[in-house]
Amino acid sequence: MLKKVCREVTVEKMLPFGQSARVGEFFELRFENPGWSGWRPGQFVMIRPSDWDQSLIWGRPFSISRVSEAENTVSVFFQSVGRGTGRMAQLAPGDKVTVWGPLGNSFAMEPDTPTLLLAGGVGIAPFVGYAEQHPHPEKLELVFAHRLPRECYPYEDFAACTHSCLEEHSPDDLPRIIDTLQHKVREYRDGLILCCGPTPFMRTVQTAALKVGARAQVSLENRMACGVGACLGCVCKDGKGHHVQTCTRGPVFWAQDVTL
Amino acid sequence: MDLAVDVAGLKLKNPILTASGTYGFGVEFSAFGDLAALGGIVAKGLSLKPREGNPMPRIAETPCGMLNAIGIQNPGVEAFVDKILPAMPWKETAVVANLYACDAQEFGELAGILAAEQGIAALEVNVSCPNVSQGGALFGADPGQIARVTEAVKNKAGTKPVWVKLSPNVTDVAVCARAAEQGGADALSLINTLTGMAVDARTRRPRLANVVGGLSGPAIKPVALRCVHQAVQAVSIPVVGIGGISCAEDVLEFLLVGAHAVQVGTANFLRPDFAFRLVDELEEMVQSLRLSSWEEYRGSLEIGN
Ligand SMILES: Cc1cc2nc3c(=O)[nH]c(=O)nc-3n(C[C@H](O)[C@H](O)[C@H](O)COP(=O)(O)OP(=O)(O)OC[C@H]3O[C@@H](n4cnc5c(N)ncnc54)[C@H](O)[C@@H]3O)c2cc1C
Ligand SMILES: Cc1cc2nc3c(=O)[nH]c(=O)nc-3n(C[C@H](O)[C@H](O)[C@H](O)COP(=O)(O)O)c2cc1C
Ligand code: FES
Repeated sequence: MLKKVCREVTVEKMLPFGQSARVGEFFELRFENPGWSGWRPGQFVMIRPSDWDQSLIWGRPFSISRVSEAENTVSVFFQSVGRGTGRMAQLAPGDKVTVWGPLGNSFAMEPDTPTLLLAGGVGIAPFVGYAEQHPHPEKLELVFAHRLPRECYPYEDFAACTHSCLEEHSPDDLPRIIDTLQHKVREYRDGLILCCGPTPFMRTVQTAALKVGARAQVSLENRMACGVGACLGCVCKDGKGHHVQTCTRGPVFWAQDVTL
Repeated sequence: MDLAVDVAGLKLKNPILTASGTYGFGVEFSAFGDLAALGGIVAKGLSLKPREGNPMPRIAETPCGMLNAIGIQNPGVEAFVDKILPAMPWKETAVVANLYACDAQEFGELAGILAAEQGIAALEVNVSCPNVSQGGALFGADPGQIARVTEAVKNKAGTKPVWVKLSPNVTDVAVCARAAEQGGADALSLINTLTGMAVDARTRRPRLANVVGGLSGPAIKPVALRCVHQAVQAVSIPVVGIGGISCAEDVLEFLLVGAHAVQVGTANFLRPDFAFRLVDELEEMVQSLRLSSWEEYRGSLEIGN
């Protein structure tokens, strides 16, 4: 078990992405490593800027994108979508954030198995660290579906970690994306499939994987309050229809073990 | 000054407990601090049979607070006693069980099972959960029912102290407090959540699948203080204050109006080591204010000139 810690740490960097698209929507937030003994791709961290007053209660969950030994930093990649992330977009180096993690389970990693990564939008975030940690990144293939221009996302960070074949799909052509997903899932029937993205995207992958009997994992993004399994606010239904905590039993589930 | 308090015969290291439903079974937080430092832990609400709880979404953040409609999801009392309680730190701190049922007889049955457990320090009876239409709210608003349920639990509780947890969603909390006292309660705890609701003007959807839920957090503190004040005036048994506590000064405010101890709930979501830090902060504040004893400070609110 990797030890979880809660610490107040300093923001080291805020890197805006894709300024050409929508100013102030996509960021990499890099903060001082809170003394984690380790982490695994797929795990997440709860972040609550220390200057938030009580008008915002909860921390916000984010996939851990990478941990740099050299810099002694942890990175998350986030999109500003609401009250909390909107205020997080104003963070600057030197600001304090309270973070607890690493939390939750992680993606399966099988060094010799051809592995298909399916990312929708900011769902690419955990795969940056996944590619970086994978012993044989040439076994990885990414299909990346995104609404906004590619430079809005840490796509280059991912590409830098692997020489794998990359396939990319942009915006509005939903039927084509669905078609690609189904086709790719079939192709990786004997491999490993990992998926992170919006719920409809993951549902498509889940359905396709179950149909052809592929081994697939999906990573859920439910609303969370505690992040540690205590409040039961984040539950999803497992394979037997029982409510289980997404934050501790997930966020990664095998396709057959969760109802999306 | 010694921070220890005595709540109806139950000795606590300090007056800070964690509130039911916000702290799981305690063990979820053991990575973030020493559970033994807490005055006590009130476990997640338990029912006779396992409950799946309400559909998602179950929580929504609101200004200075949150709404929840968890629906008392729990593994049932049997699984609790067999699997969960043994792993809880009951040797190091007071573990209070929180009971949820739909009638007086079921409450009695639950109490009987839990009273046999060495690891349980007290029983807290939830007559005020507003989430489940069948259960809580009904009892919580009816003084007669409160008295009957309290009696039923008390009859089966053996030597365990019985705390009755009251709802603020009533016309007169003093009447409910007296009903619990007459039913034989050893102490009262209040408040549970206030019924509330949040909707999304754009999507035209309620923010909770259950539509209505319970409001908690700093937003409810003034209501909680008022209720605790009224309950303290109405009864002679100890009162445990709950509602919106988020710093040591809040703790003192509840003690000032007459509470013997407090529970912290939603503030545990500010950060998972919140309760541990609160104990330290209270210790410092007690020192800097040069308080001499809880007996002297408790209920010393000066009203009028
Ligand atoms: C395990 C996990 C990992 C995550 N990883 C990332 C990540 O790497 N990068 C990233 O940008 N986001 C990630 N998210 C989602 C992120 O936590 C939410 O976008 C954020 O909490 C929204 O907060 P807010 O206050 O800005 O939004 P709010 O004001 O609360 O809500 C704004 C809008 O976002 C929706 N929303 C609220 N919470 C969530 C949520 N948890 N997921 C999806 N939609 C939500 C609301 O319904 C609303 O439409 C992750 C979530 C989880 C559970
Ligand atoms: C997520 C959540 C779950 C709760 N579950 C229970 C419960 O099972 N039983 C109970 O008596 N109270 C429950 N409560 C109420 C709290 O114990 C407490 O009375 C209330 O939240 C007010 O305190 P606070 O403002 O410090 O949170 C719950 C509250 C929250 C936020
Ligand atoms: S966020 Fe509290 S149980 Fe998962």
